[in-house]
Amino acid sequence: MIDIIHFIQTKYYYLVVILLMMLGLYTTISSRNLIKKIIGINIFQISVFLFYIAMAKVKHGTAPILWDKGVVYDNPLPHVLILTAIVVSVSTTAVALALIINIHKEYGTIEEDGILAKQKLDEEWMNLEKQKLDIDRSSVT
Amino acid sequence: MIDVMLLLIIVVCAIFALFMKDLLSATIILGIYSFIMATIFTRLNAVDVAFTEASVGAGITSVLMIAALSRTKRYEYHYTKLQRRKPSALFLKVISLLLVIITGAVLVYGTIDMPEFGDPEAPANKHVSPRYIAESEHETSEKNIVTAVLAGYRGYDTLGETTVIFTAGICVILLLRRRINT
Repeated sequence: MIDIIHFIQTKYYYLVVILLMMLGLYTTISSRNLIKKIIGINIFQISVFLFYIAMAKVKHGTAPILWDKGVVYDNPLPHVLILTAIVVSVSTTAVALALIINIHKEYGTIEEDGILAKQKLDEEWMNLEKQKLDIDRSSVT
Repeated sequence: MIDVMLLLIIVVCAIFALFMKDLLSATIILGIYSFIMATIFTRLNAVDVAFTEASVGAGITSVLMIAALSRTKRYEYHYTKLQRRKPSALFLKVISLLLVIITGAVLVYGTIDMPEFGDPEAPANKHVSPRYIAESEHETSEKNIVTAVLAGYRGYDTLGETTVIFTAGICVILLLRRRINT
């Protein structure tokens, strides 16, 4: 029991990160709305950023900007990696949203069920057209 | 104490963003989530990351989302009770819940071996970064270590990042251009 309390006390940041990650992953898998999926991916990504930044913290450390000798600084390397990752995450979001806008133009909906139903309808219509073409050909010969 | 409060707020924000039927509200709450995350970054002394998260993460992502929503639909499709109780829908929900719980359990199990929060002896704080802290001012004459590493030691990383943004910009232009009907 004491072990569990100690575990939560010393690593609560990581546990919150895992909780946020689970929420984001669940929405990404189970939601049928494409924009909702993007929101889930975003929450997932930002929780990973928190994981890295929490790893970089050092007890009694200050921000990694030099100002005096003999001061403990936080680890600057994860900060740099996450600076890059934030910008990359925004650009992936932009591409995904552009794709969603195109899907909406083509199918008129951003729900997965609606898109699948429209695809099925289109296929059936194509088959009907093909049959009509065959009948026309047979009547010619 | 304030750390725990902020973490609680952020979990509540995430839950509300995910279970909102109105996608515009969900987007705004996602912006709040990003901004509170920037506050947490400031608490953890990652000031540069907090700047970027507040401006790029909270600002530009929200703007892009709202722009996309203005061209699509604002409200999520409201499934009726009968549709929600269909076996296929329930199956999807149960399977995804199971998958997520397994993932979370494995991650918690992995956390047991992690060094404690704020441990100065952690392997991540032992190897490369002490050299950056000790030598960066002498080698790059830059007070801010994060800037020195970003633009000096790891300049090629930043070049790769810029390439990614460039590619993404070209992708968005190609996807959203208006074709002239001839």
